[in-house]
Parts: sequence; C-alpha cells; structure tokens
Amino acid sequence: MEITKLTTIQKDVLKEIGNIGAGNAATSMSELLNKKIDMQVPTVNVVDFDEMMDMIGGHEQVITALFFRIQGEAPGTVYFILSIEEAKNLVEEITNQNGCGLLGEEFDEMAVSALQEAGNILTSSYLSALSDFTNLNMQPSIPYLSIDMAGAILTAGLVELSQVTDYAIIINTRINYLDSKDGIQGNFFFIPDPHSFQKIYQSLGLHNHE
Amino acid sequence: MNKTQTVIKVGIADVNLVKKPENIRTSGLGSCVGVVVYDAKAGLAGLAHILLPDSSMARQKDINIYKYADTALPYLIDSLIKKGASPDRLKAKMAGGAQMFQFSSQSNMMRIGPRNIEAVRGILHEYHIPVVAHDVGGNAGRTIEFDTNMNKLKIRKINEKEFLI
Repeated sequence: MEITKLTTIQKDVLKEIGNIGAGNAATSMSELLNKKIDMQVPTVNVVDFDEMMDMIGGHEQVITALFFRIQGEAPGTVYFILSIEEAKNLVEEITNQNGCGLLGEEFDEMAVSALQEAGNILTSSYLSALSDFTNLNMQPSIPYLSIDMAGAILTAGLVELSQVTDYAIIINTRINYLDSKDGIQGNFFFIPDPHSFQKIYQSLGLHNHE
Repeated sequence: MNKTQTVIKVGIADVNLVKKPENIRTSGLGSCVGVVVYDAKAGLAGLAHILLPDSSMARQKDINIYKYADTALPYLIDSLIKKGASPDRLKAKMAGGAQMFQFSSQSNMMRIGPRNIEAVRGILHEYHIPVVAHDVGGNAGRTIEFDTNMNKLKIRKINEKEFLI
C-alpha cells in the first residue's frame, strides 16, 4: 500500500480515530484536573520526516514528550507532546505546587513522575477508546519521558516506519485547557506502523483500499 | 563577526556538500548520526544525516540512499572526490547516536543509536577515512554545525554549553 495517497474516506476514518481517542483522553484529563477541557478537530497529515518536525516548531524546538509503543494487532507509536511551559503548568495543576523544574539542574523527580502518570492516564484512555472502536487489541508500553529537541525525540518513533517509507501519516489532535493563566495544550501524535493501516481500515469495514 | 555566514542545512536522511567558507549544519540528531567528511586542503566538506544503519533493513522498492549508513556514506565520499577532494586527505568527524529513551527491552529497534555508530565507523574504516573527532552516544539530542574555516564541528545540546570538536 502506498501510504502517501489517502482517499477521502480513509482520511475521514483516521480523523474519526483521532477524534474518538482524544475525546476520551480529554474526558480523563478533565477528571484528573477537575477542569473543563476542549479539544480541536483532528488533522490527518501525510508528511515527510522534516515536515513532521515543523509541525511542532522545528527540529530544535525543545519539547516534553511521552513516548508509548503500542503492541497488539495494530502496532504503532503514540506521542503526547507538550511545550516545556505547558508541561510545567500541567504538573503544577496536578501537584498543586508551584515552580517545578524540568530542565537542567532544577530537574525534579516528582515533576517527572507526575508527568508520566498524567501521560499514562491520557494515553491509556486514548488507546482504549481506539481499541473499543476498531475492535483491535492495542496495548501501550509503559511511558517513556524525554525532554529534548523535537527532531531527536520524534525520530525515535520512526525506526519501524522509516524502513518502509519516507513519509509518516500523523493523526494529530490537540486538547486544550485554557482556564489557567497560561493554559495547557497537548498534542497527541498517533503514528501507526505501515501495515497497521490495513488492519484499521478492515476492522471498520473498509475493504476497497488497495 | 559582522560577515554573514552562509549555512547549508541538511534534513533528516539527507546529504549535502559545501565549499569553504560555507558552513554545513543539521539539527535535532537523536539516535541518528551526523557524519562530516572533509578535505581541509581542498576546502570541501559534506554532511550526512543518517537515520538507519543498513539498507538491508529496507522493506521498500526504491530506497532513499541518504537514509542508510551503507548507502549514504559511499555517495557522500564519491561526491566529494568528484568535486576534487583527494581520497587520501579525507577525514571524518561524527556526532549523534544517542539513546533518547531508556527502554528496558534491548531489542534491535531500541538500540538504533549504537547500531548507527557502529555502522558508520565500519564504513569509514573500509574507505580508510580516519574519525578524528567524535561525540557519540549518551541520551541527549544534538545540533551540529561544521565550520569549514576552522575544520571544527560545533555541538549544541539543550543542557550544555556549545563546544567544538
């Protein structure tokens, strides 16, 4: 299957997947923070690897990312991406403490742990919604946290994919919590492995996609 | 310095060449390895941003030769020689090959950084190109820029001061 050519219906299916997953994740986040969370309409993009980095501010943009490898019938990679500021705000909301450190010398174990747990809750709810919708078994690995340049972090999730193609299909959904002074906006990047697309389409009754 | 420095960029799985006094740069190396091969006397340098160690891993028909160590490096070296570099004078500097996430499983996929480093070293060895400086491994992303006037590689990481090798 040539992944660079998506039919409208295929694109819609992937959007719906992003919608359902992030919808559930937003609900979880809302419960976690006891705040109102909004989400944006998902986008589905076929991008080359350089364009993928540009989607979140360029190769050198320092980001906080939680990486999950998905095992099961439709393997792939999920990233939950926040800017450093957003990650700090999220930790502060969860722990009710101000001034947590995520970079360099002020690196704070508690903050990292809180972030991992939040990421775990959000991604699990994202995936369980997906799994229910598609009837495919999908299990996330434990969360891996990294705070570094976007290029360095995101290529780690491209190893499987890049053996097959030079493009990635990214199902991107943003969830926002804009009540606080600075706000928190998280990006879910779902990057299915190449052969997972067929599984996803089939599970939803789309057969004419060869 | 008031002069504007021209900097040529190299993307992911990409190769480019420069001539003195232009600099060449690639950003956000994680498990990828950035390899600079240069001929100081001829003022020629090339940079490859290598994503994967070996083209035998490829499961696609038309492979992108810039992506794999075993295809990108021969292309880079040939291109330098075609431009007038002397094979005997070629030297290399390399950086990258980090492990961005501390995976518990030691599967091959997760060890991609170390494998990239090994592959690059192996191929440079075959071509008898000495690696005169390197900053590899670890778990931090790197941005690198090769200065053709000094023949130094500038390395930037998020939690460290810039340094030259």
